[in-house]
Amino acid sequence: MQLRVRALETILTEKGYVEPAALDQIVENVETKIGPHIGARIVARAWVDPEFKRRLLEDATEAVNSLAGFDPVASHLIAVENTPRLHHIVVCTLCSCYPWSVLGLPPVWYKSAPYRSRTVIDPKGVLAEFGVALPPDTEIRIWDSTAETRYLVLPMRPAGTDGWSEDDLAGLVTRDSMVGTGLAKSPQKAAR
Amino acid sequence: MTNSIHDMGGMHGFGPVEPEADEPVFHAPWEGRVLAMQRAMGHTGLWTIDGGRASLETLTPVSYLAASYYKRWFLGLERRAVAHGLVGEDEIAAGRSLRPGIRLNRKMTAEDAKAGRWPSYERPAPGPARFKEGDLVRTANINPPTHTRLPRYARGKTGAVEAVRGVHVFPDSAAIGAGDNPQWLYTVVFSALELWGEEADPAVRVSIDAFEPYLAPA
Repeated sequence: MQLRVRALETILTEKGYVEPAALDQIVENVETKIGPHIGARIVARAWVDPEFKRRLLEDATEAVNSLAGFDPVASHLIAVENTPRLHHIVVCTLCSCYPWSVLGLPPVWYKSAPYRSRTVIDPKGVLAEFGVALPPDTEIRIWDSTAETRYLVLPMRPAGTDGWSEDDLAGLVTRDSMVGTGLAKSPQKAAR
Repeated sequence: MTNSIHDMGGMHGFGPVEPEADEPVFHAPWEGRVLAMQRAMGHTGLWTIDGGRASLETLTPVSYLAASYYKRWFLGLERRAVAHGLVGEDEIAAGRSLRPGIRLNRKMTAEDAKAGRWPSYERPAPGPARFKEGDLVRTANINPPTHTRLPRYARGKTGAVEAVRGVHVFPDSAAIGAGDNPQWLYTVVFSALELWGEEADPAVRVSIDAFEPYLAPA
């Protein structure tokens, strides 16, 4: 593939359609700028700031864009909150829609046939493969990202984190917890 | 294409989900170049994100499943570049350009890339929304041979409008070059029982984001 891709890049460049420097910049952005660390900071802020959390759940695009030090998110970000009774999971059955601006590029499993096919019909089976077992009376809500809207799960704040700083809390927020295939780390697990 | 392999929701037989520990952003350098070419060519405005997706969906099911994610995008990009007359089949075969390119209206610069702006697909409302939160709706039973965002598993089903999500480019139109045709978008939620039958887990609900043309009052 390396050769075929390089050949296409050569053709597109020679014909004046793309600039290699622009391509370099795009790769640099996705490799170094965006990633789940952004989402983790948003979640941690929501855990410590009830007013921010309220705004995040009401209009996540507006709430995130109001934070200093964050790049503007793609239009129409929606945040959904996990509770002891309700667990959210995000999937894109048709392709690979994912909130890039807050989580970075999706992992391979998110784009894979097993995840895309089974999440909507067997969410508990999928969660089990991620090692997540929810209390039996938990309602499960699947968000199939079929339009240009993008979803961010706001995981539950782990017990035993009272008084933690926002930075320390952000360290407990995993990528999977913001997709709904994981939970935020407990302080014990984070310490290991 | 509508009823092709990409529409996977509810299929069996693909095996377990296999998360990779400490997964890198790219597994080979060419993957990043494909993503970057994809973004840069998208910036030219010659096709929309929907046109890009439609070109993936025209891969045969065998090619689609056999290809990795970025290989799929690569194959789709090659097809589109040829279909739009930007690149000749002979040039693909030769691995270099054989003639000057055609003039494009827009070309992504490193500065554009650095700014990292995303195109917005939201549009002004063409009229009032037909549905409101709480309305019961039935999804259309459509099988267009072209791109649609109504997955097969959610066709002909009854659900409830949970939220009105504004007005957006209608992918079904944009993908076939029929313009933006902006439409109201709704989050419509279904019970797993409605989607999968009586054996399904009553504690599970599934929502899609459905464009207004997919919906009728239930």
